[in-house]
Amino acid sequence: MSDTTERKMTEDQGPATVSLAPTGRGGADDAATERPVVFDVRDLDVYYGAHHAVRDVHMGIRRNEISAFIGPSGCGKTTVLRCFNRMNDLIEGARVEGDIEYHGVNLYDERVNPVEVRRRIGMVFQKPNPFPKSIYENVAYGPRIGGVKKKSELDDIVERSLQRAALWDEVKDRLKASALGMSGGQQQRLCIARAVAVDPEVILMDEPCSALDPIATGRIEDLMVEIKSEYTIVIVTHNMQQAARVSDATAFFSTEVNPDSDFRTGLLVEFDRTSTIFSNPTDQRTENYITGRFG
Amino acid sequence: MTTDTATGTDPVPATRSSEVAVALTGGTLGAGRRMRNTAASVLMVLAFLLAATPLVVMGVQVFSQGIDAVTSGSWWTAPIPETGRADLADNEALQDLGFGDTSGGDSSASEVVLGMAPAIVGTLLTVLGASVLAIPLGILGAVYLHEYGKKGRLARLIRFMTDVMTGVPSVVMGVFVYTVWVLPRGVDGKSALAASLALACLMLPIVVRSTEEMLKLVPDNLREASAALGTRTWKTTVKVVLPAALAGITSGSLLAVARAAGETAPVVFVIGFVTTTNLGFLGQNTTLSAQIYSQQQNGGALSTELAWGAALTLVGIVLVLTLVARGISRRFQIG
Repeated sequence: MSDTTERKMTEDQGPATVSLAPTGRGGADDAATERPVVFDVRDLDVYYGAHHAVRDVHMGIRRNEISAFIGPSGCGKTTVLRCFNRMNDLIEGARVEGDIEYHGVNLYDERVNPVEVRRRIGMVFQKPNPFPKSIYENVAYGPRIGGVKKKSELDDIVERSLQRAALWDEVKDRLKASALGMSGGQQQRLCIARAVAVDPEVILMDEPCSALDPIATGRIEDLMVEIKSEYTIVIVTHNMQQAARVSDATAFFSTEVNPDSDFRTGLLVEFDRTSTIFSNPTDQRTENYITGRFG
Repeated sequence: MTTDTATGTDPVPATRSSEVAVALTGGTLGAGRRMRNTAASVLMVLAFLLAATPLVVMGVQVFSQGIDAVTSGSWWTAPIPETGRADLADNEALQDLGFGDTSGGDSSASEVVLGMAPAIVGTLLTVLGASVLAIPLGILGAVYLHEYGKKGRLARLIRFMTDVMTGVPSVVMGVFVYTVWVLPRGVDGKSALAASLALACLMLPIVVRSTEEMLKLVPDNLREASAALGTRTWKTTVKVVLPAALAGITSGSLLAVARAAGETAPVVFVIGFVTTTNLGFLGQNTTLSAQIYSQQQNGGALSTELAWGAALTLVGIVLVLTLVARGISRRFQIG
C-alpha cells in the first residue's frame, strides 16, 4: 500500500499539477495533462422532488485516471456519481438539469438510451450486492444479457474478469458455489469482476470500501490503481486518506443551508489534482475539511 | 430504588454494595410482579387452549367419522354410490341446480361400495384449472404493480380493486360465473371449467397481493446491480427479481390453491352433479366440497358417511398443500 502511495505522489508532483479555477471549467485548459476528458460536466443540478439536492457542478473527469469525490455526508457526492450512468432515473422524483457530456454526447439528451449508458459505464455499490447465484453466474450475468451465448467464450470472460479483480486464485475451484458464502471483501471484488465483465469504459464506485476491513480495503485500492490503465474510475469516499492514496484528481463537495427552507443543498467547492487539494487547496472550506476542522 | 451504581470512579462503599445486592436479588420487590406475571401467563395459556379447542374437536370429529370411509379400499377409485332423495323426486328446479338423480331409495352403507373418485378427480381438475388461470395472471399483475406501476395512478387503482376483490364473498363469485358463463349455455354450462373460473376469481387477488409482498422483500440493490450492468427492467425482473422471490411466490400461490380447494359456495352453483368420474373440463362434474354439501343435505346414513369421508379427504389435501407451502418458504429464504 505504501508503495502505491509513493508512486502516486511522485506522479502527482510532476507538471501535471495544474490548478483549475474552483468552480471548474471542465478542465479544458489543463494542457499539461494530456489525458482526454471523458465526462464534461456543466451546470449540473439535481433535484429530488422539490428538494434541490446538488447545484452548479462543473468538472472534467479524465480518462485512465482515478477521480475521487470527498465531502461531508449529504453533500451530494453519490447523487452526482449516479448521474454519470443515469442510475438516478431509477429513483422516483429525481430530476437532473444541465449537461454531462460523455464523448461529446449529452447523457441526458432524450435520444440517449440509458440502458446502453449503463452498459458502458459500470458501477460498484457501497454495500457488496452479488446476486443470489453462483460466483460464475454472477460474473457471466452481464455478458449473457449482452448476448454472449457460447460456453467457452463465457468461461474466458469469467476467468479474465475474476483475474482482473484479483479474485481468480481464491475462487477458481468453487466457481459453482454461491456468491453469498464469500467474505465481504471477496463479494466486493466479485462485484468489481461483474462490472468489468461487460467491458465498460468507466467504473463508478460508490464508497466501495465502507463496509470492508482495512486489509480488504487495501486490496481494492491496489486493484483500482492496477486497472486504471484500462478504465476511467470515479470513486466516492468518506475516507480522505483513501482519496489521497489512490486518486489523481479530487473533488471536494460541501453543503449550504437553503435560505428558503431547512434543506441542505450540496455543491462542488473545488476540483483539482489530488496533490493540490491535499497540500495547497484554493478554497478555505476545503482546507478546513481536510485538516479536520469541519465535517 | 436508592442505589446508583454509576456515580463516578470511586469504589462503591460497602453499605451501598449491600443495597445493590438486595435490589438485584429481588427481596420483597419481586412478589407482586411475579404474581402478575404468573396470572398473565395462565391467561395466555387458557386463551390458547380456548382458541385451539374448535380446531382439535373438529379434527378429531372429522377423522373419527371419516376414517372408515376413506380406508374402505374403494374410496379413491370407485364412483359415488347412488343415494337418492325422495323429497326431491318431484322438484325439477332443485334437480336443475344440481342435486342430481333423485331416483331410488336410501340404501344402507354396508351394502354399497363406498367411493369418492369423481369428486377427488373433480377437485383436482377445478383447482388445476383455476391455478392455470389465476397464478400466471396474478404473478404478472404483481410484477406490474411492484416493478412498473409502483405508486402511479393506475397501479394504485389496481391495488385498490384487488383489495376489494379480496373482500368479495365467495358465493358472489359463484353467482357471477353462474350468470355470465353458465346461464347463456344452459345445463351444458355447468362444468369443471365454470368452477375453475369462479375459483380463479377468488384466487387472483390472493396471488397478486402475496406475490407483491414477496417482490417487496427482494432488496432494491439487486435491481440496481442488474440495471448498472445495462439490463432492461423486464430482463432484470425475469433473471434476478423473480428467481429471488420464487420460494415466496410458490408458497403464496399454494396457499391460494389450498383456499380454492376448500371453497364450496362458488362451486355448487356452477359445477352440476355426477356420480361417475369426468376427466374433462366440460360437462357436469363434482368436487369434494360440493359432495360434502349435497350429501349432508341428503341426510341418511350412506350420505352422511360419504360426507364425512369427503370432509376428511379434503382436509387431508389442504393440509398437504399447506405443509408443502410452509416447507418451501422455510427452505428457500431470500438471501
